[in-house]
Amino acid sequence: MAQMTMIQAITDGLRVELKNDENVLVYGEDVGQNGGVFRATEGLQKEFGEDRVFDTPLAESGIAGISIGLATQGFRPVPEIQFFGFVYEAMDAINGQMARLRYRSGNTQTAPITIRSPFGGGVHTPELHADSLEGLIAQQPGMKVVIPSGPYDAKGLLISSIRDNDPVVFLEHMKLYRSFREEVPEDDYTLDLGKADIKREGSDVTLIAYGAMVHSALKAAEELEKDGIQAEVIDLRTVMPIDFDTIIQSVEKTNRVVMVQEAQRQAGIASYVVSQIQERAILHLEAPILTVAAPDTVYAFTQAEEVWLPNYNDIIDKANKVINF
Amino acid sequence: MKRTLENIENQFETFQILDEEGKVVNEDAMPELSDEELKEIMYRMVYTRILDQRSIALNRQGRLGFYAPTAGQEASQLGTHFALEKEDFILPGYRDVPQLIWHGLPLYQAFLFSRGHYHGNQMPEGVNALSPQIIIGAQITQAAGVALGMKKRGKKSVAITYTGDGGTSQGDFYEGINFAGAYQAPAIFVVQNNQFAISVPVEKQTAADTLAQKAVAAGIEGIQVDGMDVLAVYAATQQARERAVNGDGPTLIETLTYRYGPHTMAGDDPTRYRTEDMDNEWEKKDPIVRFRKFLEEKGLWSEEEENEVIDKAKEEIKAAIKKTDEQPKQKVTDLIGNMYEELPAHLQEQMEEYKAKESK
Repeated sequence: MAQMTMIQAITDGLRVELKNDENVLVYGEDVGQNGGVFRATEGLQKEFGEDRVFDTPLAESGIAGISIGLATQGFRPVPEIQFFGFVYEAMDAINGQMARLRYRSGNTQTAPITIRSPFGGGVHTPELHADSLEGLIAQQPGMKVVIPSGPYDAKGLLISSIRDNDPVVFLEHMKLYRSFREEVPEDDYTLDLGKADIKREGSDVTLIAYGAMVHSALKAAEELEKDGIQAEVIDLRTVMPIDFDTIIQSVEKTNRVVMVQEAQRQAGIASYVVSQIQERAILHLEAPILTVAAPDTVYAFTQAEEVWLPNYNDIIDKANKVINF
Repeated sequence: MKRTLENIENQFETFQILDEEGKVVNEDAMPELSDEELKEIMYRMVYTRILDQRSIALNRQGRLGFYAPTAGQEASQLGTHFALEKEDFILPGYRDVPQLIWHGLPLYQAFLFSRGHYHGNQMPEGVNALSPQIIIGAQITQAAGVALGMKKRGKKSVAITYTGDGGTSQGDFYEGINFAGAYQAPAIFVVQNNQFAISVPVEKQTAADTLAQKAVAAGIEGIQVDGMDVLAVYAATQQARERAVNGDGPTLIETLTYRYGPHTMAGDDPTRYRTEDMDNEWEKKDPIVRFRKFLEEKGLWSEEEENEVIDKAKEEIKAAIKKTDEQPKQKVTDLIGNMYEELPAHLQEQMEEYKAKESK
């Protein structure tokens, strides 16, 4: 076991799979020689050679598009989109193409592709770097969307994503890259995709979150405990598919829910989760489900970022409302 | 040969071997093809013309679905394909069903594709291809990826992809040829310039005088070919393939051609954007007429032989459409089952729901 940051755990996960499977290819803009703008691929080209870890021309649609072609030749591509705000350039190649290959070909061709990409607010990036665009991909049948909340989860989920025979978008919250360290096994291990994780047990209210918001929810839970409120924190880990079994079990226990996401409220993951809870467990609810999310604007310019982003106080506020309903 | 930007269009003169009268005008460029191979090319072009006529008729009777007519483009489609080997990988556009058929896709499956049945997209074992692409240009970056993969595997094969004149305006066209150039991957990009992207003429598509010259910006080989001359198309593709498998990089081939029919059978009316004079002018260049004259001159083809091909094609099409009719109807549960390798819980629930619906 070693203490690792999330970025180190991701590099380690890539190394493990490059070693395990000669069909794994890692590539993208600045991924080879430079080791990635966040150093996620640091040292990998040197270790595995330019044939397997390589730089691409600066074109996101091309990066996603060649992945489909490489998959036809038996490769297991792990491309990087340098920042997920650039994904609009690659939307057809992802949602229009790789998501549909299995379906289109009547289950005869597959796209075992894992697109890694940094995203997430709070690190003062220019426009179109920090946006939470997971909903764009989660809406596309055929895709899976994985969002780890820390080093241990990141490595296990990344290895599972790479081994998955369907396309996965693996989103790495930039604020989590170096914010804390955690014990991470040096060997390979996997975490099931589509399985949520209870990060803290509680009996009074369920806080559902993913990505960096898991930490805001945990902090809110600590504060709530001071008032004698026991909050359960569920980390979705995968926003497509979503583990409704774990959610419903928790709702049946706590009868109260706050759904938290960093993304804007409109047409997002939170709306889907809330609609499914009311379909599956409405008679267990003692209060309306409240949502913590960003306002329905385009991602904030940096000077307004701190207020725009949901925080633990927003979660405490909503938790108190559902408890005192 | 390094090209310079000065008068670039003059450096892309149309490559031709047979003129409209079927006379060899470029003896030096004649590809080495046996009499049998020459006859096989004619066989395929005649067969494909009949297939087009029958497909249009079947569509009008409501017995086929989506169909993009191919008549006029036989030399471009089949001349390029004839230069390929079985191990080469085809990434077709939606009008490029004939190449798939001659690569090994059974006719009845081509009809199922038209009818919107997934079995039409299930390439038989050993048929290296993706199903026809609907999004203009999406297949071009994919082709660069197939070619890069072949290079990494050390294969002596090529990826070949097809688009039209309109397709060259897409960003994916440039990204695809640029990626393949940067990696010196064994790809062939065929642009069938049939003069119109649905209704928009090629001169409104671009200020470039040729589409072949777009290769220059990507640093790859480019050639403009008379797309109604099957020998020129074959020779250009054969040379491109040789360069590709020898590690000398990709080629962009522009074929000058014409589709006689509408864009698709879904209501397009070419009289809104094309004149009869233009149609007549292009029909004079017809690839089958031209090649027939060439073969007859050599004593390799007769009306009798052609009639045999026509009868055979009609018979096989009839049998294929019968087989198409016999195919079990596709179900929503089939589609749900094809979304992921392992069904996630929410789709398992929906699977049960639709199983119940479909058993009623």
